[in-house]
Amino acid sequence: MNKEIKPLKFSGKWDFDPAPESVDHISLKDQYGLFINGKFENPQTSNYFPSVNPANEEHLSMIAEAGEKDINAAVSAARKAFDGPWSKMSAKERGKYIFRIARLIQEKSRELAVIETLDGGKPIRESRDVDVPIAAAHFFYYAGWTDKLNYAFPNRDPKPVGVAGQVIPWNFPLMMAAWKIAPALATGNTVVLKPAETTSLTALKLAEIIQEADLPNGVVNIITGAGATGAGIVNHQDIDKIAFTGSTGVGKIIMKAIAGSNKKSTMELGGKAANIIFEDAPLDQAVEGVINGIYFNQGHVCCAGSRLFVQESVYDVVLRKLKDRIQSLILGNPLDKNTDIGAINSKEQLGTINKYLKIGQQEGADMFQLECPIPKKGFWCPPTLFTNVSQSHVIAKEEIFGPVLAIQTFRTIDEVITKANNTPFGLSAGVWTDKGSKIFNLTSQMRAGVVWANTYNKFDPTSPFGGYKESGHGREGGLHGLTPYLNF
Amino acid sequence: MAERINVLKTYKIFIGGKFPRTESGRFYQLNNRSKAIANVCLSSRKDLRNAVVAARGAFEKWSGSTAHNRSQILYRMAEMMEGRKDQFISELVLQGVDRKEAKVEVDLSIDRVIYFAGWADKINQVFGSVNPVATSHFNFSLMEPMGVVGLVAPEKSGLLGLVSSLCPILVSGNCAVVLASEKLPLCSITLAEVLATSDVPGGVVNILTGKKEEIMVHLAKHMDVNAIYLTDNLEHKKSVQEEAIQNLKRVVLGNQISWGDRTVENPYIITDFMETKTTWHPVEVISGTGSGY
Repeated sequence: MNKEIKPLKFSGKWDFDPAPESVDHISLKDQYGLFINGKFENPQTSNYFPSVNPANEEHLSMIAEAGEKDINAAVSAARKAFDGPWSKMSAKERGKYIFRIARLIQEKSRELAVIETLDGGKPIRESRDVDVPIAAAHFFYYAGWTDKLNYAFPNRDPKPVGVAGQVIPWNFPLMMAAWKIAPALATGNTVVLKPAETTSLTALKLAEIIQEADLPNGVVNIITGAGATGAGIVNHQDIDKIAFTGSTGVGKIIMKAIAGSNKKSTMELGGKAANIIFEDAPLDQAVEGVINGIYFNQGHVCCAGSRLFVQESVYDVVLRKLKDRIQSLILGNPLDKNTDIGAINSKEQLGTINKYLKIGQQEGADMFQLECPIPKKGFWCPPTLFTNVSQSHVIAKEEIFGPVLAIQTFRTIDEVITKANNTPFGLSAGVWTDKGSKIFNLTSQMRAGVVWANTYNKFDPTSPFGGYKESGHGREGGLHGLTPYLNF
Repeated sequence: MAERINVLKTYKIFIGGKFPRTESGRFYQLNNRSKAIANVCLSSRKDLRNAVVAARGAFEKWSGSTAHNRSQILYRMAEMMEGRKDQFISELVLQGVDRKEAKVEVDLSIDRVIYFAGWADKINQVFGSVNPVATSHFNFSLMEPMGVVGLVAPEKSGLLGLVSSLCPILVSGNCAVVLASEKLPLCSITLAEVLATSDVPGGVVNILTGKKEEIMVHLAKHMDVNAIYLTDNLEHKKSVQEEAIQNLKRVVLGNQISWGDRTVENPYIITDFMETKTTWHPVEVISGTGSGY
């Protein structure tokens, strides 16, 4: 095969040659059952639904839909495991099982990354370097806690809650499963977990890993399905704790459903984070952080920095740099290692995003988008920013969950604090300034659970994550992430 | 057919990731029921100095690695020990330990490495603090490793005592110079082989065999050693403490409980080999008054 060699041109833009990650090393079944009591079972509903690659709309696998009987089976398996082997086991041995899961994820990391990208549409660079390593690290970190709980909570005699029902979103499928399962197991609970219906595959691969790690049957049960399955878990009488990550709307429905019961809960919900650039900030670094803050994972991030506040004196230069940087982003095949912007997770979500783009323009804001060829198949939205935005605009108030940035300006620190906090959400915030004392001033004023200073979208198993106000309650990660799974 | 002749192992010392013989060329014979089982290096003062140089050289890298990374490396060490279980057991038996007890000791040793591995990224969450000072400052205290720690290893527990006293030193990022048990030195050298294949950087752990009484005083005197863990041989407590004063080495004394006891597993023995560092940072006080900043 003779490939034509093009002469180097120094006048225009250089293109990258395709560098796709291979998919020939992964193994995916045609059909996945429900992981109940250590085995993959056919659903008693006999229903299966397809999982589709959002980047090309190709069929990947069939996923079982769990009905009421299946949910009952999963919960009773979890209860039996909790009353049986899991609570009788020493904390130390329990920890060794969790270490095994961490190691197996590391061993299979590339396979998991590729499947995550196929199933969810996120760039392989992100699934490979963020999702999968953080998932493994989460299990590793919490494995170490099992026999040390008395040091985290001195004089409290911590006890597991029981059976945890966990419902997770489609934006970080494996990582969210790890965030949920690792602390639950470390504290001695058993689990019934439901992944989102568009992204079940890595959770099911995790089920295979849990089988391979030889965990006692029923300690982890992973059942698939859509909203009805999630509701079935939430409403189940024999579940002691609900852990939910998803939209604020659904979170409120769940809170209502469990109100008056003895179920404990943690809610990690939506956000509309302020990312604030002061005039003394290192601007190139800040622009890079803003790009990462909103376009990471196509903006499907609850803590995405979707509201940018720029101090007026540097607005023009920041806007120019942002636009230049957006033009250099590469949108396309998520499996390509050069890709910055992958596919939107589902047709439905693309519809939601497009609705907001329309509203934004109708309300009078100016839209700017990356100009690039859009693949014919699949669901795509180019990175977008809006200027001429005011606090009352819908695109500045509501969570879009897509690659859409709303930019406003400010003059004084008081003004920006007021504007940034003027939202029902409170998950995260970003501050860009060269002045340390200003950072600590801002962090103390922000009504948000995570504040990133001169960085953004950083996650670590040791670091608590979760929101103020309508962004949810409870924390995941760190020592604080143990509390929701313990009774004292 | 002639019986195959076994290949016998030369037990050497472990300095800077390498396995040299003692520079002194001396040895002592290890016997079990008056049968010679090994010729063990009788390390010298010069070996000790070389070991301290190696430990100091490794400190920056080891203490600068992330806690997560150190945790993984210690866990790797446990994985490697699991693979050498039979070797550890037969060495303990060779040195006169009952086989059943040896098996229990080795299992417990591996689990203990995992226990301490888990502390690497938790120690600062439990012992670090944010201090609510009354001025407008963000003030926090973090625990940091001390540097080079001399470990006078337990005399009567060749493997369990060794890992139980060594891991708390390592996990926070210290480097160690170990004076191995005189009577039960074999597992310490096999542990060195584990360390050498567990991604523990060379020099982080250095293991010397020989007569403790001869080398201990030089360890206590050495001006580039930051702390000494005298787990055993407490009859030398006074002289070690006196010599340590020269550079105000911290001296941590063993408490004579059995190494199999559960209470050996605690984080306080880790913090014994750490310093507390407090940082002050101003917090801007502009806000709430409509300041024109």
